[in-house]
Amino acid sequence: MRFMVLVKATAQSEAGILPDSKLLESMGKFNAELANAGVLLAGEGLQPSSKGVRLKFSGERPAIIDGPFAETKELVAGFWIIAAKSMDEAVEWMARSPFQNSEEIEIRRIYEAEDFGPALTPELSEQEERLRAKTAAGEKRGAV
Amino acid sequence: MSDTHRTVDALWRMESPRIIASLTRMVRDVGLAEELAQDAFVAALSQWPRTGVPRNPAAWLMAIAKRRAIDRFRRDEVLERKHDVIVEAAARNGQAHSEEFDSVDDIRDDMLRLMFVACHPVLSADARVALTLRLLGGLTTVQIARAFLVAEPVLAQRIVRAKRTLSEARIAFEVPDQTERAARLASVLEVLYLIFNEGYAATAGDDVMRPALCEDALRLGRVLAQLAPREAEVHGLVALMEIQASRSRARVGPGGEPILLLEQDRGKWDHLLVRRGLAALERAQRLGGGGFYALQAAIAACHARAGNASLTDWTRIAALYDALAQVAPTPVVFLNRAVAVGMAYGPAVGLELVDELTSTPALKAYHLLPSVRGDLLAKLQRFDEARAELERAAALAHNMRDRILLLERIDRLGGDGKRSRPA
Repeated sequence: MRFMVLVKATAQSEAGILPDSKLLESMGKFNAELANAGVLLAGEGLQPSSKGVRLKFSGERPAIIDGPFAETKELVAGFWIIAAKSMDEAVEWMARSPFQNSEEIEIRRIYEAEDFGPALTPELSEQEERLRAKTAAGEKRGAV
Repeated sequence: MSDTHRTVDALWRMESPRIIASLTRMVRDVGLAEELAQDAFVAALSQWPRTGVPRNPAAWLMAIAKRRAIDRFRRDEVLERKHDVIVEAAARNGQAHSEEFDSVDDIRDDMLRLMFVACHPVLSADARVALTLRLLGGLTTVQIARAFLVAEPVLAQRIVRAKRTLSEARIAFEVPDQTERAARLASVLEVLYLIFNEGYAATAGDDVMRPALCEDALRLGRVLAQLAPREAEVHGLVALMEIQASRSRARVGPGGEPILLLEQDRGKWDHLLVRRGLAALERAQRLGGGGFYALQAAIAACHARAGNASLTDWTRIAALYDALAQVAPTPVVFLNRAVAVGMAYGPAVGLELVDELTSTPALKAYHLLPSVRGDLLAKLQRFDEARAELERAAALAHNMRDRILLLERIDRLGGDGKRSRPA
């Protein structure tokens, strides 16, 4: 299973203030731990919303709105994509992240192939039957 | 299942390999190491509902497991003697033998040792796969049995026997030295790729543990790449697996039918995995890159880089198959090379190569040989011969779906008349 971990913005991240060297170091170690465990797939920090742009769709060409955006706690300052066997495992991994100051992260499960594909339905198994009949006919044609 | 139980389950998968690896260094027996590790998790299950989950659960579990190991030494003279020998040897070598704290290097070395031991060539392939998934994958016997469509007691016995074989053969818990390393590493890579292929072969409707094997193999491959970063073939295998896994959404049609690579909707390929695969391939190539897995990964990368099938660099693929045929001169590789050459230089050239293979005993019952020959003949407008070959291929195909695909191709053949002989 794959999960996206969203790091919620703070006043500090929105002000473009980079984390102090101690936190950067711990973050580096944490990312190394994730990588060593084969769990880390991707991870990036996002620049503040003052440098960002929103598109709002309503049928015509989308409206373009420049940042910064209000509601800091709804904004995203960074993300990870991790691979884990279950949400419990994802939680255990991310509980080890070195945040210290009331930061908040959110873990969301990524849709997988199985979530999209339809299971074999009666119509499809009927198709199977027809193909099976065709195969039998093929054999009758005297294949070598 | 209670919260604590779920947390402990997750922690078993995450932490047990490292704990077992570390304990194996202490007690020199994987079976005992696993038992002691399990003891620590049982202790967690009984204590944490009262005390709460500790701030650093991994460290807690490791400490308890080691304490149990030391207790065991005291109660078991044989073990104690073994242990004393190890401590003395370490002291002689000027190593501070601290069992309390593992350095990052200790952990890395222990994990590497455990991988090599679980994949030891003295074990059968089946045994290596089961033991690896158990000790390094953190899977339970039930989970492994489901993944391989084997009864649980059979799988359990396989693991018991594997541990006993390692014990009786007195397999040393060491990273193999330079002379042995290539062969032993090849064994590890083979196990990981076997696990991956088992998952890759899973079809819709199979137990969900089966396709999950691809993720298990990929994860272990990535771990190994961190443990042995200077081994080109490790990065090669990881690259190959990442790129193959990138296609999982595009490989199967709505009815569960397989979709051939050249016909897949490339918009459904997972580009995160493609990027990771290409990055791993680059690491492999910087370290040499001419090995079995790195070459296969390079071929897969050629497809991965093509936005659509018509943009495929077949000349490059053909050259890569030439190199692969040197490293792995098997009939299947030769056949794949013929296909690539046919795509790069025209069907007549491809057909020449295929015709060299028609008397190969290993390919006698292999349906892809007449299938490839049939395709090439069709491209050369030799439709009657093509039909005969495709019919031969359909007769040889084991798998219903493969047979159906071949019959459909026969139907689509152009040329004069749809029958090679009177109705």
